[in-house]
Amino acid sequence: MAKDETVTTDVTRRQFASVAAAAAAGWLLTACGPRRLHEIPRDRLREAISEWERDYSEKYSQAVTVSDTGPMPGVLFAMALDLSRCNGNRLCVDACVTENNQSRDPEVQWIRVLSMDKEKGIDFADADPYYDPKEVPEPNRFYVPVACQHCRNAPCTKVCPVGATWTEPDGIVVIDYDWCIGCRCCMAACPYGARHFNWQAPSVPQGQVNPSMHYLGNRPRPKGVVEKCTFCIQRTRAGRYPACLEACPTGARKFGNMLDPESEIRYILENKRVLLLKQELNTMPKFFYFYGT
Amino acid sequence: MHRTVIPLSCAVAALAAWGCGRVGVDRVATTESHQAMTAIVPPRASAAVQLRVEVPPPPFSEGVFPCSECHNETDLPPNRTRRPLVDAHDEIVLKHDEENRWCLDCHDTNNRDRLHLASGETVAFEESYRICGQCHGEKYRDWRAGVHGRRIGEWNGAKQYLLCVHCHSPHQPRFKSLEPRPAPRRPMRPAR
Amino acid sequence: MTGSVGIVLRGNRFYWMWLAFLGALIASGALAYVRQASTGLVLTAMRDQVSWGFYIGNFTFLVGVAAAAVVLVIPAYIYDWKPIREIVIFGELLAVSAIIMCLLFVLVDVGRPERLWHLVPLMGYINVTSILGWDAIVLNLYFVVNLVVVTHIIYRAYYGQPYDKRIVIPLVLASIPMAIGIHTVTAFLYNGMAARPYWNSSILAPQFLASAFCSGPAILLVVLQLLRKFTRFEIQNEAIWKIAELMAYAMFLNLFLHGVEAFKEYYSNTEHLLYTRYWFQGLGEHRTLVPFAWTAVALNVTAFVLFIMPAARQNPITLNIGCLATYAGCYIDKGMGLIIPGLTPDTLGEIYQYYPTVTEVQVSAGVFALGFLVFTLMLKVAVPISLGEFRGDIALAPPRGGD
Repeated sequence: MAKDETVTTDVTRRQFASVAAAAAAGWLLTACGPRRLHEIPRDRLREAISEWERDYSEKYSQAVTVSDTGPMPGVLFAMALDLSRCNGNRLCVDACVTENNQSRDPEVQWIRVLSMDKEKGIDFADADPYYDPKEVPEPNRFYVPVACQHCRNAPCTKVCPVGATWTEPDGIVVIDYDWCIGCRCCMAACPYGARHFNWQAPSVPQGQVNPSMHYLGNRPRPKGVVEKCTFCIQRTRAGRYPACLEACPTGARKFGNMLDPESEIRYILENKRVLLLKQELNTMPKFFYFYGT
Repeated sequence: MHRTVIPLSCAVAALAAWGCGRVGVDRVATTESHQAMTAIVPPRASAAVQLRVEVPPPPFSEGVFPCSECHNETDLPPNRTRRPLVDAHDEIVLKHDEENRWCLDCHDTNNRDRLHLASGETVAFEESYRICGQCHGEKYRDWRAGVHGRRIGEWNGAKQYLLCVHCHSPHQPRFKSLEPRPAPRRPMRPAR
Repeated sequence: MTGSVGIVLRGNRFYWMWLAFLGALIASGALAYVRQASTGLVLTAMRDQVSWGFYIGNFTFLVGVAAAAVVLVIPAYIYDWKPIREIVIFGELLAVSAIIMCLLFVLVDVGRPERLWHLVPLMGYINVTSILGWDAIVLNLYFVVNLVVVTHIIYRAYYGQPYDKRIVIPLVLASIPMAIGIHTVTAFLYNGMAARPYWNSSILAPQFLASAFCSGPAILLVVLQLLRKFTRFEIQNEAIWKIAELMAYAMFLNLFLHGVEAFKEYYSNTEHLLYTRYWFQGLGEHRTLVPFAWTAVALNVTAFVLFIMPAARQNPITLNIGCLATYAGCYIDKGMGLIIPGLTPDTLGEIYQYYPTVTEVQVSAGVFALGFLVFTLMLKVAVPISLGEFRGDIALAPPRGGD
């Protein structure tokens, strides 16, 4: 080793070769390795999905289909909920759990119905999700079911470090369960407590699996990733109503295309007193609470 | 991303609406396997097309329809006197503006197989919502738009409406209390 | 290289007892982590309602410690203050160890650790609007910068050569804004969340820096005194006292910023007060964190009082009490005191009382032990080199065993 002050700045051949090799490996991985579902071209998506269909069908001993239906143009989904009609029966919660293959043990529920005091109004500090009376509605209480609001200015998609969650063109905020690293930053950022984490391996009893799945929706999730309401993407992209809406006995839930002037959603926005939860946070939810009467 | 998608979608939607007609309004529903009666629901004021949708049959009590089997001129001539019923239909307790009205204010006196409006025009049981709409105009408008009451089907296609009376008994319309599903489990620390 | 291995294997019984103690903690942490990785994070006390806890609290605290190396760097290089110059390297070693611990705490906290490569640019995808993504980038950059500086200086010293100023000075100078940067970005991670009013306050970034600048040097002061005692390293008292003085100012700023936050919450008296009240007073019968809150306050105030008085700074006993008090006070404050009240009550008003489980404590102790082990081993090699006892270019008698 020379004893001079200055160090040689020439790049040795070995250094160059190792850097070049690393770059090549990186390129190779990006070209051929696992990618986010958001970026996979349609034809390769079909391949991946067919593989899942085979795996799930085997695992659940029934014919499982995983849809890859994309968003319809000219559609922006929104949901509305009539606070004058919800009586807190939680049938929507159950229907959602069944339709979307949510874990029964540990219990995962995408919808949380909050019972609030009529005099206090919408006041989360006093909300109670654990009400358990013999009959609903209870006197002086009203009910506010909360799930993912599919915000137009979603804080969750903003903070995900790996881009595992994004808003689809039809307005549904989705999660790529295979890309999520489980850091739970989105859960800290969500003002509505809408996101749920699989703290352990989820389990759905064999006979209760819904075999009609969507690649961004109700397909089985592994432990260690986040999940949430997808506006029943497997149903709504096929033109049907979400399961919670169909289960609601009082007809409190409404759903449709915000951009369609004939939709129920637009009727509500034009004719009813609509409120948004935590509106001051400027998340611009696509879940409109209103008073039908 | 959002900032380009939404205006773009609006533009696309506007073009589609202008070019291809409104989405889903004038589709005729296909009949399903159960015996569904078709109700003609007058559409929202803006639509020019009649919306035909399916409605399940009115929820008659077992064996009660057609009423004219008993209520005809020969067997049971009509009695317009307002009174509590004791001989039959006494299980019906009216809790629907009972201070001012009674049975024959909705049930047609001469043809018991039909109801009647305030004008005297008779109305089939399958269109009983027209009666409800006389007093409950706002609810009726909302129901027509699909905003009041339960619907199933497709958000941009065929929808199944229910008649008012499917959820609200015409004699005691107040929506009954329900037993709620169980409360969610509270978060618990692990055992150790 | 073999010489280094030789050095770390030579030590007195205190050294080996220390290593054994760390080894035991690491082993228990590893076992606990294996259990957690196979069963799931359900073995922690975190749930949907409080989705971040002890691991992220430790991560946040350690980012501050890593940033604090700069407290030494500024006077050493900017003001060219000789007494501190020699010990800058130990600050950088501490920064390297602290960043290793930070990265490990992220590893043990995520639900799918095998997917962490998704964060690597080019291989994965970094969402540029995500502060956590940026945090990952700047932390790793800071780590690399400190590692390069440290290894270069030690390498050169090993061969009896002065380090190359053209490499070291720019990197060291760059590390100053980087240190401020990493902790500001970490603060932004919390600060930017509108959903959590307790965090969504502009004061968070300055407050993080203030508490970082007192807690990092606290460890260093203890280490320097140990070095002075057990090796032939000479560290002037002025250096130590100066650092303690800077810590006093940092602690004052820390207390002041906490104070103004408390004023705003209590005086405005909006519903956002709930989070601060949960920390200091409890809410109803939910009072788990209250003892921690007041302990932290007491420790921080004590530390401030001790360090602001020159006589107390210069007395080794009170100096060390002050260091421990600072470390413990800031640790509580920035760990549990930041994360848990921010998430309790949750966004829908529910109160779930979080405190760590045995698994979390074991894993965290293991990570801390690993960081301390790395720090110890690096010091074991760096000190003899700095002292000239361990050289590669001239034959010397084997270095005397020291800690």
